Amino acid sequence: MNQTAQTATAYTAKAKDIWVFGDYRNYFQTRVTLQLLSRAGDLAAKTGSAVCAVVFGHNLDEYVNEYIAHGADKVYVIEHLSLKKYSMEIYISLMERLAKQYMPDIILVGATSFGREFAPRVAKRLGTGLTADCVGLDINEDGILVQTAPAFGGNLLAEIITPERRPQMATVRPGTFQEIPHDYIRKGQVIRIPMPEDLPKERLKIVHYQRKPHRGQRIEDADVVICGGRGMGSKNRFKKLFELARLLGGEVGATRPVVYSDWADPELLVGQAGKHINPNVLFSFGVSGAIQHTAAIRDAGLIIAVNKNPNATMMKKADVAIVADANQLCVALIKELKKRIRS
Amino acid sequence: MLNLIVCIKQVPMVSELNWDPRTGTLKRDLAEGMMNPACHHALEAALRLKDLHGGHITAITMGPPMAEEVLREALAIGADRCILLTDRRMAGADTFMTSFILARAIEKECPDFNIVLCGCHTSDSETAQVGPQLAEELKIPGAAYVEWLELKENVLRMKRLSDNFLETLEMDLPGLVTVTTSQYQPRYVPLAGIQDAYDKYDITTLDADDLKLKITGIKDSPTRILKVYSPDSKKKNIEMKGPAKIIVEELLEKFGRKIGGEIQKDLKAYGQDQ
Ligand SMILES: Cc1cc2nc3c(=O)[nH]c(=O)nc-3n(C[C@H](O)[C@H](O)[C@H](O)COP(=O)(O)OP(=O)(O)OC[C@H]3O[C@@H](n4cnc5c(N)ncnc54)[C@H](O)[C@@H]3O)c2cc1C
Repeated sequence: MNQTAQTATAYTAKAKDIWVFGDYRNYFQTRVTLQLLSRAGDLAAKTGSAVCAVVFGHNLDEYVNEYIAHGADKVYVIEHLSLKKYSMEIYISLMERLAKQYMPDIILVGATSFGREFAPRVAKRLGTGLTADCVGLDINEDGILVQTAPAFGGNLLAEIITPERRPQMATVRPGTFQEIPHDYIRKGQVIRIPMPEDLPKERLKIVHYQRKPHRGQRIEDADVVICGGRGMGSKNRFKKLFELARLLGGEVGATRPVVYSDWADPELLVGQAGKHINPNVLFSFGVSGAIQHTAAIRDAGLIIAVNKNPNATMMKKADVAIVADANQLCVALIKELKKRIRS
Repeated sequence: MLNLIVCIKQVPMVSELNWDPRTGTLKRDLAEGMMNPACHHALEAALRLKDLHGGHITAITMGPPMAEEVLREALAIGADRCILLTDRRMAGADTFMTSFILARAIEKECPDFNIVLCGCHTSDSETAQVGPQLAEELKIPGAAYVEWLELKENVLRMKRLSDNFLETLEMDLPGLVTVTTSQYQPRYVPLAGIQDAYDKYDITTLDADDLKLKITGIKDSPTRILKVYSPDSKKKNIEMKGPAKIIVEELLEKFGRKIGGEIQKDLKAYGQDQ
């Protein structure tokens, strides 16, 4: 159906590498490339393949070294002044060419805003499948990548494969996997590829870009997160969580209905469509525990859930399940903490 | 004349949109399906372009026959023509196949389009893949997560937030955008419009044969679902209940050290001092 489609058979004789797209635009905020390199390392151990990072841009040495230190065996680099801007169309064309030339078995892309647009288009050009927002990646007995992703908008997970087409492609949200500690002594092969001269003319141009001003602590870095769900009842009651967060030096997170109802800023969304968090202590107030939410709190330490329904999924996922009215408990906790914390 | 296409998906009513905060229950009595919110915003963006520049809007959806409802809704708010792609053979299509089918329908029915507008993602699967893949299929430029757009001759100027960067983009047309829900608040549906949508307009219904496609959604999709399961949890839980004040004391008694450790304050000591 699609002439560019590559079948597994045509591929078998070729390289079996696992590629990770080097997405460094928000390097200090988004460690997703490093997290994917780590997971790719686990997969590569099973398939006996090499872990490769692929990176485009200008002045890339820092990233190249970082990728090797975090587990890349090879780094494919295309460096050129014109690649300074994160240009979607050019990056897609470059990835397409490299993939057709080197035939990786797997391509993993971080589900950043850029990655979420880049990966589907690359997959389309390569005539292959793509699974969005994987929360698990593994290799089965047949050497095929099993991609686990939330399904059917509910509390379900689906295992998805790309049985025939190659490469197998997946996007993964930042925070889903843990990066491995860097090792700057580690050696890797750097493959520099000249910038092609015959790229199609750009039809989409970035006229202007500017980093969005940043607010204080980020929820992804917070040691204590207070997450509120629809069970908080109203915008005014939800506000109490901010007071609790101030007392605990933490940050507030929210579920999707909360964001949709405008009780909280979209930046506070915790879940598949928002942030992955890994606080040491997570309070969860009036949250039912849908998979799209809980997939993003798997790395939380102590989880304290408050719900009036003892059977809510969130209560099952908690270390401490408090059966109570979320709002009342929040108020009581604030009162007690104020008594105890005298700084 | 400006020729706009809006791709719309019907999605299940998402529970969080109609929950009764007083009773704490879901209101399931409302309609079963609805227009995906982001698609609704994309339609609104198209309507505003039409308000400013004139033009013609074709709304297109692929889905079961009942997806016609969202097309009627689109007609009621101001779409000029609607196309329903419905065929059992299209069922089970993944994003690769969906974008393939949509592209063939667009090429056949409205090849002279200037802009295709899609929702940035759907509320039921949220892959955000169909829009970008459709741009590839149509071999046109595309921009995802667009929050604002403006037409200047044959160039579309757009703004979006991408990974903490505020970007201003310019795209040659024809092109495709996927629109977020941050702007373009959809207009109300006029009652008269609803009536007209059912009386006046015909909806073009096409199946795979009309598009000369020999396909099966499931078989031709590159991805395959192996199994679907409900994840189980491993945490061992302690349940607490009773009056809020008592619970809070018990909580801080048992976990005060852990919580206090995080905030570097001694939460437990106070209680013992009393
Ligand atoms: C594609 C897709 C992506 C999604 N992405 C995300 C995401 O990133 N993040 C996210 O959070 N959701 C996401 N969702 C939505 C998700 O499926 C759930 O609908 C959502 O997480 C539920 O939010 P909630 O727990 O606040 O609300 P509900 O499910 O309505 O739960 C409210 C809870 O509060 C309890 N409650 C009610 N009243 C009280 C009270 N007075 N005191 C104590 N408890 C009370 C109820 O028992 C219930 O358990 C996504 C859904 C889809 C389909």
